[in-house]
Amino acid sequence: MKRKDKRKPGDLRSVEIKAGVIEQADGSAMVKMGRTIAVAAVYGPREMHPRRMRKSERAFLKTTYRMAPFSTTDRCRPGRSRRSQEISMVTREALEPAIFLEEFPKTGIYLFIEIIQADAGTRTAGINAASVALADAGIPMRDLVASVAAGKIGKDYFLDLEYKEEEETAADVPVAYMPRTKEITLLQMDGDLSVKDMKGVLQTAIKGCEIMYEKQKQALRERWGPNAADVKKELKTKTAKPPSGTLRGTPSGAQASTKTEKKR
Amino acid sequence: MIIQNQHVLNMASKGQRIDNRGQDEYREIDIERNPVEKAEGSAKVTLGKTIVIAGIKMGIGKPFSDRPDEGVLMVNAEFSPIASPNFEIGPPGDDAVELARVVDRGIRESHAIDLRKLCIEKDEKVWMVNVDIHIINHSGNLIDASAMASIAALWEVRLPELKGNEINYDKKTSKRLPMTAKPVPVTFVKMEGNLFMDPGLEEEEVMEARLTVTTRDNGNIVSLQKGGAKPFTQDEIENAFALAEKKTKELRKLLN
Repeated sequence: MKRKDKRKPGDLRSVEIKAGVIEQADGSAMVKMGRTIAVAAVYGPREMHPRRMRKSERAFLKTTYRMAPFSTTDRCRPGRSRRSQEISMVTREALEPAIFLEEFPKTGIYLFIEIIQADAGTRTAGINAASVALADAGIPMRDLVASVAAGKIGKDYFLDLEYKEEEETAADVPVAYMPRTKEITLLQMDGDLSVKDMKGVLQTAIKGCEIMYEKQKQALRERWGPNAADVKKELKTKTAKPPSGTLRGTPSGAQASTKTEKKR
Repeated sequence: MIIQNQHVLNMASKGQRIDNRGQDEYREIDIERNPVEKAEGSAKVTLGKTIVIAGIKMGIGKPFSDRPDEGVLMVNAEFSPIASPNFEIGPPGDDAVELARVVDRGIRESHAIDLRKLCIEKDEKVWMVNVDIHIINHSGNLIDASAMASIAALWEVRLPELKGNEINYDKKTSKRLPMTAKPVPVTFVKMEGNLFMDPGLEEEEVMEARLTVTTRDNGNIVSLQKGGAKPFTQDEIENAFALAEKKTKELRKLLN
């Protein structure tokens, strides 16, 4: 079974990840997976509103997933839908295991995900962007969360389906995965698969997450590694204050994340 | 509360449960058919102390433009304050939306209703199937109870009489919905690294992660949903598939 865009079954679409795309945010990232484009921004940790959502022992990851009305062929109505409400929830649950939320009791970490263009795999692109944005914000994390969907067309397990393939696949299985701890943080599926095929598709998706993980790390290196433009400038000017919009809010966390970058 | 939570976790770490059930033991489940006469089909599921009623109301409407020759399925869940001190009046919260969407996916992906056969006039007129789930008492595992109630209710539907554009709800025909499958879910929670089937409320309050596996009649998986703030390992998930395959077979017999 050949793919329309000539990819091999186990290939991702062309992936582009850029960290630090929104100057105002404490952390941000843009992810392109084929034609799907997701942008994520992180604000915080900061005061949690509304108060009743405040957790005494940890931070709350307030997650909002939205699709731009122009992101789809038929205009999608702005505002909350049941779909976006559910995706916001599963995205939060996919990322929470990776974050040291207990480090910031009573606060809120605000995560906003905007889908600029939707061509299948928007929740996975959103999670990939969010994970990089959280690291970019210097929020201490156990690992990055990488996310890719897989499916089955004909007899083959296909990775990272695009929109046209989504119509043909026997199932759509978005997975999010923490490669360091080998744990699955998001698993959804709709379709029709035998248990054997389900296991195969899951394995395929996990392999895809491992590839995505490397690209996420690369994006963070480009932003924060020794050769990154911002970091170079900072070293040159030797200012006491970090440039605005980069280390604001959580200096210790930001250092931690660059440190772990070096370790890898 | 904290003491009880700790107690549940302590037992879970030894593979035990506070109601002495085994790890893969379901609570007693009872399905009452057509408790609501006014609905076209209904079912009340009692799962342990959890009570859920699903009712089907049929309507006539325009099909979606991308599926002009198919009937429309809509699943909605209402977490009424009657069922739990934690439920409040207002628009559906995350849990209610998730529940409705998981039930919807199980029915849709197993093609349990042959929606094509619900087309009356292409582009113009189709049957609308409204599945409304009401939680009467929340004592854990609402997803399984709701999905079982919904599918049982759908199999009970008698279509009302149709005259032109008008539905005469007072007169039910002997016609049923074009049902083809019985998708059945099994929900697991993970506590202290162990998997437990059919979580009770006390268990849901401390669970680390949740997984719902829905299978159709031939054992194939038609829907998965992971919930909760902690991860699963690949082994745990594959273990859940095996347990679900076995249990859904038993549960499906209740729907016959």
